[in-house]
Amino acid sequence: MMVNNQKAEIKKSKNKEFIFLSVSLILLAVLAITFSALVYDLVSNGLSRIDKSFMTSFPSRFAEKAGILSACVGSLAVMGVTCLLAIPIGIGAGIYLEEYAPKNFITTIIEVSISNLAGVPSIVYGLMALGLFVQKFGFGASILTAGLTLSILVLPIIIVTTREAIRTIPNTIREAALALGTTKWQMIWDHTLPYSMGGILTGIIIALSRAIGETAPLITIGALTFIAFLPASPITSTFPFISFQWLKDPFTVLPIQMFNWVSRPQEEFHVNAAATGLVLVIVTISMNIVALTLRSHFRKKIKW
Amino acid sequence: MENENAIVNNKELRLEVKNFNFYYGQVHALKNIDLLIERNKAVALIGPSGCGKSTLLRSMNRMHDLYPGNRYEGEMILYPEKLNIVSPKVDPLEVRMKISMVFQKPNPFPKTIFENVAYGLKIRGIKDKDLIAQKVQKSLENVGLWNEVKNRLNQSALGLSGGQQQRLCIARALATDPEIIVFDEPTSALDPIATAKIEELVNVLKKEVTIVIVTHNMQQAARVSDYTAFMYMGELIEFGETKNIFTRPSKKLTEEYITGHFG
Repeated sequence: MMVNNQKAEIKKSKNKEFIFLSVSLILLAVLAITFSALVYDLVSNGLSRIDKSFMTSFPSRFAEKAGILSACVGSLAVMGVTCLLAIPIGIGAGIYLEEYAPKNFITTIIEVSISNLAGVPSIVYGLMALGLFVQKFGFGASILTAGLTLSILVLPIIIVTTREAIRTIPNTIREAALALGTTKWQMIWDHTLPYSMGGILTGIIIALSRAIGETAPLITIGALTFIAFLPASPITSTFPFISFQWLKDPFTVLPIQMFNWVSRPQEEFHVNAAATGLVLVIVTISMNIVALTLRSHFRKKIKW
Repeated sequence: MENENAIVNNKELRLEVKNFNFYYGQVHALKNIDLLIERNKAVALIGPSGCGKSTLLRSMNRMHDLYPGNRYEGEMILYPEKLNIVSPKVDPLEVRMKISMVFQKPNPFPKTIFENVAYGLKIRGIKDKDLIAQKVQKSLENVGLWNEVKNRLNQSALGLSGGQQQRLCIARALATDPEIIVFDEPTSALDPIATAKIEELVNVLKKEVTIVIVTHNMQQAARVSDYTAFMYMGELIEFGETKNIFTRPSKKLTEEYITGHFG
């Protein structure tokens, strides 16, 4: 009697497991199909359009002559500014909150605010940047403004991932270092930071791949959609050989270029848009691959 | 005083704990502790869980300063410098440079074996590579690890067994020529063979360095220490030569603990 009951119970549990597994697999298949359809669509529409002249031409009113040179350079310049601002500030803030800040009411409020900021719609950051950087500070619709806006947008992501990476380091390691007579900073520089580098880098790349696809805040600050020139070169032939003029230049970025082409009535421009989309997807996927590689590289070295 | 009688013939002092009190916030964790620790001897701190033995040990290299709300009162004077190591005027870093610590769980850095031992020298500003290599070798020899690791000094310390890791941590603590090494239950995470090796090591090391060891294992205290302090509820109940404490304790409570009536 008892034995029969057990067998029935086991069968029931196994059936439940089977149902759960089937549902999971179906959902996974839906995701995979959606993503492949998206990529297939982009590839079939855009791949034939990607060639050397597409990458090295300025936009044009003739679809077949148009290219994404200014958008690529713009994206690169804006991402450069974003990296320079967001990475040091984000890591610094993460370290401070995790290693130095006392656990009190004020730091709790700061922590909650940072988590909330990560969820604020990006166009709101654009509005803030329009009021603050463009109008109040007079930076205009420039690369500098865009870099500032995007770095503020991705800062919460970098801060949160930095903190999570630092938190995985066991406290016994901190005590080991401090007991030898290190200052807190020596402990952080020699131990906390190197051991959490994998997680921090992953966070940075996730943040940057979000930033590179952002459109709304940049349109809000007034980024141009049609640019037929490059920003000033950062290297000059005369002393001091370095110029920061490019920071003040107008720009466009890949997603804005894509948006512009997609909103035109002519079919040929839609092909250009698909090609640009493909370039963006390839850039983002490569960044994610780099992130995964770095993470596994750093994880291999350190096992707790 | 009874405690002072324990130190026979006025031998060289290393650490004098005088009327020492410790507070975790409002909690009075250590009460009026008096203790004399002789140079190059091993002192065991024993007592039931929560008696304050680890708290006393962690006071000796100011580990309590890492967490807010902790407060020291009284004196712990380190000889021959006559430095009151628990005074707020004394920088905890200075204390930790003189008094090394070995923890309950082996906690090597996820770096190479060499870097682990050399790290203490590095933060003391020693740059001479030959000197560092020499010190690393000597420390590893002292803990009996040199022959086991000499061909893999550049491999990760995390590849070592638990017992080897703990001996590496001892080598790391030893490399900087500390005046005292404090051990916080160093064998509680180890198997019996690794434990025996660590105990043997403590017996050898005390020829060169003063040792304070917290243990919950009374046989271990009897095997490795010259003096034993029995603590209970934050107070030092009895302190004396280990052989006396274990054969004819003068306090009833000590006797009950040693014979296993409680704790």
